[in-house]
Amino acid sequence: MQDDIDKLTRQALDAVAAAADLRALDDVRVQYLGKKGLLTAQLKQLGQLPPDERKQAGQVINQAKEAVQQAIEARKSDLQQAELDRRLAGETLDVTLPGRGQVAGGLHPVTRTLERIEALFAGLGFEVALGPEIEDDYHNFEALNIPAHHPARAMHDTFYFEDGRVLRTHTSPVQIRVMENRTPPLRVIAPGRVYRCDSDLTHTPMFHQVEGLMVDTDVSFVDLKGILDDFLKHFFERDLGVRFRPSYFPFTEPSAEVDMECVMCDGKGCRVCSHTGWLEVLGCGMVHPKVFEHVGIDNEQYTGFAFGMGVERLAMLRYGVNDLRLFFENDLRFLRQFG
Amino acid sequence: MKVSEQWLREWVNPPVGTAELAEQLTMAGLEVDSIEPAAGGFDSVVVGEVLEVSPHPDADKLRVCRVDAGQGADPLQIVCGAPNVHQGMRAPVALVGGKLPGGLKIKKAKLRGVESFGMLCSARELGLSEDHAGLMALPADAPVGTDIRDYLKLEDSIIEVDLTPNRGDCLGMEGIAREVALLNDCDLTPPAIEPVAAQVEDSFPVTVDAPAACPRYLGRVIRGIDPGAVTPLWMQERLRRGGIRPLGPVIDVTNYVLLELGQPMHGFDLGQLQDGIRVRFAAPGEKLTLLDGREVALAADSLVIADARQPLALAGVMGGEGSGVSDSTRDVFLECAFFDPLHIAGRARAYGLQTDSSYRFERGVDPELQIRALDRATRLLLDICGGRPGPVIEVSSEAHLPRRPAIRLRSARIRRLLGFELKPAEVVGILEGLGCAVDAEREDWSVTPPSHRFDLAIEADLIEELGRVHGYNRLPSRAPAGRLQMTPQREEQIDGRRLRLALVERGYQEAITYSFVDAGLQERLDPEHRAIPLANPISADLAVMRSTLWPGLLGALGHNLRRQQERVRLFEQGLNFISQDNEIKQESYIAGVLCGRPLPEQWGVAGAGVDFYDAKADVEALLRLGGCFEAFMFEAGQHPALHPGRSARILRDGRAVGWLGTLHPRHAEELELPADTQLFELEIAAVAAGRKAAFEAISRYPAIRRDLALLVDEAVPAGAIAARVRQAGGARLKELRIFDVYQGKGVETGRKSIALGLILQDSSRTLTDQDVQTVVDEVTTALQQDLGASLRE
Repeated sequence: MQDDIDKLTRQALDAVAAAADLRALDDVRVQYLGKKGLLTAQLKQLGQLPPDERKQAGQVINQAKEAVQQAIEARKSDLQQAELDRRLAGETLDVTLPGRGQVAGGLHPVTRTLERIEALFAGLGFEVALGPEIEDDYHNFEALNIPAHHPARAMHDTFYFEDGRVLRTHTSPVQIRVMENRTPPLRVIAPGRVYRCDSDLTHTPMFHQVEGLMVDTDVSFVDLKGILDDFLKHFFERDLGVRFRPSYFPFTEPSAEVDMECVMCDGKGCRVCSHTGWLEVLGCGMVHPKVFEHVGIDNEQYTGFAFGMGVERLAMLRYGVNDLRLFFENDLRFLRQFG
Repeated sequence: MKVSEQWLREWVNPPVGTAELAEQLTMAGLEVDSIEPAAGGFDSVVVGEVLEVSPHPDADKLRVCRVDAGQGADPLQIVCGAPNVHQGMRAPVALVGGKLPGGLKIKKAKLRGVESFGMLCSARELGLSEDHAGLMALPADAPVGTDIRDYLKLEDSIIEVDLTPNRGDCLGMEGIAREVALLNDCDLTPPAIEPVAAQVEDSFPVTVDAPAACPRYLGRVIRGIDPGAVTPLWMQERLRRGGIRPLGPVIDVTNYVLLELGQPMHGFDLGQLQDGIRVRFAAPGEKLTLLDGREVALAADSLVIADARQPLALAGVMGGEGSGVSDSTRDVFLECAFFDPLHIAGRARAYGLQTDSSYRFERGVDPELQIRALDRATRLLLDICGGRPGPVIEVSSEAHLPRRPAIRLRSARIRRLLGFELKPAEVVGILEGLGCAVDAEREDWSVTPPSHRFDLAIEADLIEELGRVHGYNRLPSRAPAGRLQMTPQREEQIDGRRLRLALVERGYQEAITYSFVDAGLQERLDPEHRAIPLANPISADLAVMRSTLWPGLLGALGHNLRRQQERVRLFEQGLNFISQDNEIKQESYIAGVLCGRPLPEQWGVAGAGVDFYDAKADVEALLRLGGCFEAFMFEAGQHPALHPGRSARILRDGRAVGWLGTLHPRHAEELELPADTQLFELEIAAVAAGRKAAFEAISRYPAIRRDLALLVDEAVPAGAIAARVRQAGGARLKELRIFDVYQGKGVETGRKSIALGLILQDSSRTLTDQDVQTVVDEVTTALQQDLGASLRE
């Protein structure tokens, strides 16, 4: 009996090992362990044995079944793994092929620059204010203390309409509109398009400015210096030199122009900075009392500063763009560089 | 303003070099634009005397000269082609071994067989002027052999200062010198200007009819000047370095005073004047031929200098032809006036002029300067041309002369505006240094600015001067302080950035095009809006304000297509300008243009061009941002820019807010753009108004889907079907999908098959088959009755 079982078990284990796939393996299971299987049949014959042998013989058969079952499980696992490996091998992709679908475009470098400026000032609580681009003479000039025939008008190269209105020559009129409609304290920046009747290598008839205005009970020139110094260092992400030069704007007094160390040559002097080491990037000053008068803000109670910057110029310096006109050609090969 | 450093140092000579001097000026608000040498780089050029001139044996235009250049006993033989060379002339000689500007080396040469040992030079050859008419004639007393650089004092720098409009006081050497003296705390050493006594009694009547415009008019007759006199070289050199061409002694002297003191003057030929000078406004119809030969019709607001007969000069701007001094003038009438800036400002520009004179009068000439300037000019003129001066004629209107009232200056205000404490002694020191009279009452000063500082009128002006002279860079910097206040954040408002990014994610590049466009192109694309023209456009193709963003975008599209870009998607956000009921509406729009493949060329994706529905998907993406997609509707509409069968008007709550469609094939052909060009444009305000999200309970019960295949007439729009289905479906219809549209085999001509997916759900229970069937029946009945639909088998 023992010998028969051993022989059967060996046969079964050989058959398991020889099973080439899951179906063959299942056939082996049915052949030996199924309801009519050879080992199962042995178990059924137990009844014919003398009672005292039954127990032992039962154990032997069960052990044999157990061994075969285990071998089948192990073999099954191996075969499954092999089959999976085979399938996976067949499913291999060329992972170096590009992904499918839409590819994002990008924002215009002027917009990127504007957003950057807005974000820096938003962090200080400056709100964005917008104004019309076709302006009346009052907001673009008069209220900013630039009366008719003022020599500063000649520097503006204004576009006119038949009815006397103008295309705004700067974003400063937004200052006026904000102060007309709101009461201090004020912290606003006004980004937008501005227009000058001038077109050559370094001028386009349309460009962008950002105007800033802060009005409060205790705002002074040293605050203006502080905020613009801070701004330039953060905008360019560099600890660059900044200097304030006396200048003249009809709507600020005192007025200053702000130069920063040339970012192209680190202030050593190059073509971009005309070999001075400095680049003029901002105009600014303390709000002129006449401007406050025009908008009905008390000169004794409040002081304020205003500043203005050219966006294309800042973008050119930050990204190294060497031709202003590229900003308005909208050539995809240019635009895509700013993704 | 071009400043000769040498000349400046005669006025004030601080112990600083050229570069530092320029830096000082720049940092004081007188921005230095450039520093150039007064002459080109050359060496070994000396004064020579032409001893003898003989013809060249083989060349008509060349002469062989013997020139004494102080180089030993023998004169030099030099071949020269200048027409003005003559015996006895003194002229610059470049010696053999010398160098001319531009690096030309002078060598011994043979010209047409005759040896030449050096070169006689013109002013241009030395980089001194553009004058190339002949040799540069030097005075007869020019010492032979002297280096020209020493003789003309050419070791000088021209500092070009870019003055802001408020600093008219610095439009003369005196003004710049005043600043330099103040900045360096050193003394001014101006040339002595003494009153010139009259030698003859001759006067000339002057009447000022417009005292407000001309509060002061000084004149003087000078009789019997030598018409053959020549302006001395030193004066010519100073004029040249100041950017003014020498034109003869009288004009040169007035220009010299202009450069020196900043006072424009005019010299009349007394013999050409009739009866007297009258300063008045132009009469209607009057004309004047200006010195530059142009005849102008005078405007009524133009101040003129006239005699009894006619206008002679545009006051403060330019003299007229015929009355100015000429080569034959013997008797001169010198004019030296103060014109009110407001009466000069803009007048020159109105005639297309800008002169040294108008430039100064517009910005303000010192009203106290005239007598000094007149004496200075008289003295210089007498020194150069001789003649006998008459008495000074003066017509002044004290009432109209500008006043400089005292300005109150408070130390607290200085601190408040500058944010910095200046010591009282420094305040007074700076103000007095500027020429102000300071009346001190502790730290509340009364300050009277000098007559030359037109720009000092209010307290803030004085505070600027204090900051400026103290040095802006010596003031500290500090972070501004403010109250922390939150700003409103309107959640239901979609900001422009969100719209831009939505399109960027869908493959668009942002463009920025000019707000003014070609009138013809806009007329073709948007004939319904009257274009708003610029009065002074920069060019014909940028002449009208855009009423739509499409002309600019189509231009940018064309630009890219011509540069081998096949797939273009551009958008722009900006104002459109529409004239409506005498008002100009300036509203913000977002628009796009696209052509080429829907996706970038890639493997595994078919490559047909975009169509209407690709563009529509992008528009829908924008419309969904605010969460109010249901408020929008597309309806077939006709737009002149778009294909009549492929264009949709976009409505929000029934109001038109935009357009979408395929570019009209006629435009595509004319503009050489592809047939698959799609366009859209939306009013930002309509897209940006969204809603705040409001929670709705999620049903715990399953959703059930039923699909319907319908046949309808092909003219029935899907939108109408969807609307009818939604209406009939009731509250349990959660979603409707149109998942197929088909025409062709199996569908009768004129009809189309449309497949709908209805997704049904109830919030309180699981729907039964009966529930579902009820909804489906409602829907089918509605479609059959209202839209002639039939269920497809």
